[in-house]
Amino acid sequence: MTLTDYLYYVILPLLAFSVLLIVYRFIKGPSIADKIIALDVLITTGIGIIGVYSIIHGRSTFLDTAMILALIAFLSTVAFSYYLEKRNRKK
Amino acid sequence: MSSIIIGILVTLGTLFVLLSAIGLIRMPDTYMRISVNTKAATLGVGLILVGTAVFFNDLSTTSRSLVIILFVFLTAPVSAHLIGRASYFTGVKLWKGSVVDDLKGKYQKNSYILKSEIDDTPEDNVDHTKLDDDNK
Repeated sequence: MTLTDYLYYVILPLLAFSVLLIVYRFIKGPSIADKIIALDVLITTGIGIIGVYSIIHGRSTFLDTAMILALIAFLSTVAFSYYLEKRNRKK
Repeated sequence: MSSIIIGILVTLGTLFVLLSAIGLIRMPDTYMRISVNTKAATLGVGLILVGTAVFFNDLSTTSRSLVIILFVFLTAPVSAHLIGRASYFTGVKLWKGSVVDDLKGKYQKNSYILKSEIDDTPEDNVDHTKLDDDNK
């Protein structure tokens, strides 16, 4: 079993399964903060999937996308928490 | 030899990401979910990206993945702090088995000021143990 087969048949299904679990929490989440956390972890898991994918295909250009995704995850969490606090104040 | 190292690193990272997803499902409380995901998912993604850096083994890719690791490690505590603060102030309840609430009675509900000591107007304070169920 080569490294590519191992990554393709063991690692990627495990990551996809964890994405399914996170999406379940994203849909179910009782408060809106849970949904924001699930979104953050979803993007973080996406960075991991992009890393594994770039190892499988041998192309390092996918890592630029991972960098942008890390930026977007941080920005979206900060903006969501800011407006969550602000919305509560106005009420 | 290098592929064994990459396999070990990526497997450990994937296990950490999977454990953080299971923790996201199983933890009873928003704050515990924040705690789980800040540590485990960040460490898992960091290990996977170290595996990527070992695989490509040139300067540009290594510096790129190190920059991603640095960025994720810097921003994960900040975003966890912000979302935990926002969820505490918007009245997300603690789990009933939690024993310590250091901010109990220190956040003023009407003036939106977080004080460092419990003051003399206790009726204005947010008490998470007495919140209604609809105030989530």
